[in-house]
Amino acid sequence: MKPITYRQALNSTLGEELARDSNVLLMGEEIGVFQGSYRITEGLLDRFGPKRVVDTPIAEEGFVGAAIGAAMLGLRPVVEIMTINFILVAIDQIVNHASKIHYMFGGQVRVPLVIRTPSGGTGQLAATHSQSFENWFAYCPGLKVVAPATPYDAKGLLRAAIRDDDPVIFIESLALYDTKGEVPDEDYVVPIGVAEVKREGSDVTVVAYSRMTAIALQVAQQLAQEGISVEVVDLRSLRPLDRPTIIASVKKTNRAVVVAEDWYSYGITAELAATIQEEAFDYLDAPVQRVAGLEVPLPYAKDLAAVAKPSAQSLINAIRRIL
Amino acid sequence: MDKPTTLTKEATAELRHYYYQMLLMRRFEERTHEMYVKAKIGGYCHLNLGEEATIVGLMAALKPEDYIFTNYREHGYILARGVAPGPLMAELFGRETGVSGGRGGSMHLFDVAKGFMGGYAIVGGQIPLAVGAAYALRYQGKPGVVVAQMGDASTNIGAFYESLNLAKLWRCPVIFFIANNGYGMGSTIEDSSSEPDLWKKGASFRVHGEQVDGTDVLAVRDAVRRLRERAETEGEPVILDVVSFRFRGHSVIDADRYRDADEVRKGRETQDPLRHYSAWLQAHELADEAWLKAMVEQVEQEMQAAVDFANAGPHPKIEDIYTYMYASPVPNIPAPETARRLLD
Repeated sequence: MKPITYRQALNSTLGEELARDSNVLLMGEEIGVFQGSYRITEGLLDRFGPKRVVDTPIAEEGFVGAAIGAAMLGLRPVVEIMTINFILVAIDQIVNHASKIHYMFGGQVRVPLVIRTPSGGTGQLAATHSQSFENWFAYCPGLKVVAPATPYDAKGLLRAAIRDDDPVIFIESLALYDTKGEVPDEDYVVPIGVAEVKREGSDVTVVAYSRMTAIALQVAQQLAQEGISVEVVDLRSLRPLDRPTIIASVKKTNRAVVVAEDWYSYGITAELAATIQEEAFDYLDAPVQRVAGLEVPLPYAKDLAAVAKPSAQSLINAIRRIL
Repeated sequence: MDKPTTLTKEATAELRHYYYQMLLMRRFEERTHEMYVKAKIGGYCHLNLGEEATIVGLMAALKPEDYIFTNYREHGYILARGVAPGPLMAELFGRETGVSGGRGGSMHLFDVAKGFMGGYAIVGGQIPLAVGAAYALRYQGKPGVVVAQMGDASTNIGAFYESLNLAKLWRCPVIFFIANNGYGMGSTIEDSSSEPDLWKKGASFRVHGEQVDGTDVLAVRDAVRRLRERAETEGEPVILDVVSFRFRGHSVIDADRYRDADEVRKGRETQDPLRHYSAWLQAHELADEAWLKAMVEQVEQEMQAAVDFANAGPHPKIEDIYTYMYASPVPNIPAPETARRLLD
């Protein structure tokens, strides 16, 4: 077992799943000849050919819809949307079709589809290229939404997603692609719908996912030096949401900070805070703290961009407010 | 319609069967309207009255290995594909015995065993699905074609054009089948389409298009047969613009006030597919008054049996509200107790 990057974890898993099941195919813009905008599909066209690694025109609604139709006939498409910002033109197909076909037609066909896409803001990409829309999909019954924070979880959840018979939105993060972690060689899966306590602690629970989990772990390490014991719950799945793991942690620490990159109002943190007050009200020693994005289109200018998204410092400030 | 030469017994039976199917569809939709007025059916409900030849002609040319994706005006399509009227009416009644288990309703009919892959109620949304299904057929090396049925007004949405491009690029055997009844709700084609000749709309994608009289069941059948063959053998997608006359308003609850009453009366008289075809059958001595009358009686009985079947079907149980939510169970999906708590 040696450390690999989050990008390598995704790339190797795609290759393994293509080799394992001939019904698995990849679709997306620039994933073949160009090898992927973020090189997640590097080398796969050469290995598996254009029938299995399909370069699509810039037509997200069309090719996401086509992937759903192909899934209805038994293929297992793994679609790459270059960034989550471009998923909006395909949202009709995802919300009105992928999420509903199994239920609305009385369970007659399945839609084993994965849509992979990086979410969140980094590197001054400005207003239209820095958004977090995973809550829009986590809101929708019929979808499953996962958002791994580590190479280990990225590999295990991608395997689980490809082998799952329901549509899965697989949220990645540009800021995590080069992060490293240990990944075993054996064929394991990380179950969809199960959170993980990534670090145990006793003073306060931080609930996070994806890039915010990485930040929460840094913060926990830093505060430990001051004698503050932070427990980090990594959601890993946004739908289904593992409420029991969150509640068990809050009942232990009696304090909670919830953090996500998306906009504050109606965002993921609102759901988390509501869940905690519903199920652990009597255990709380302080109000639940929410750390989320400022409600502006993300500005380009560096200083403005830096304050618009939650940071390690904003998380530390929230923790200090309730200790 | 060309005069048939000497016909075998089977060929005669087939030509008569088209009439039976068209009559069944006509009466199914008329009874559906009646059941809607009696509040047995809820929601939106769009009828295929006037499109009987369009639909029966299409289905006559398709093969069992083909797949069909349609819009929300689809009762007739699934009926002509061979699904019994009872489970169909039961779906409109919202019963467990309906073709979609009562979860879909009028706009979301489905029968996987017949390759009927659903009615879809977001205009144009079904078109990319059909392209993907056709891609899957070719990927798996299977025979067959896929029909992307749509209304005339659907040809104005982007999904249609993205689908034409993908189907041609990927050589997908798709028949873009436009059920052209002249109106998208209350707008005429000329009001909403800068190119009113809908069959030309594939030109910039190098997708061949044709127009056919949708009130002529044999013309539709023959056109689909020819284009289906080419789609299957050469991977050539095609547009077929099938023109008919909508007998009533857009949906059951539409009073149709935007159309001139004389135009509607005249349309029903001159463009009635059943009237055309019964006259043609009689002119060619393939049917007589007695046979036509017997058909009416047979269809009446079948329709009454369908309504009775629908009425007798159980309502879906409240505790089954999450059934079908997910095909692969995973931890923490909502359980029946969640439903009970939310319903308290």
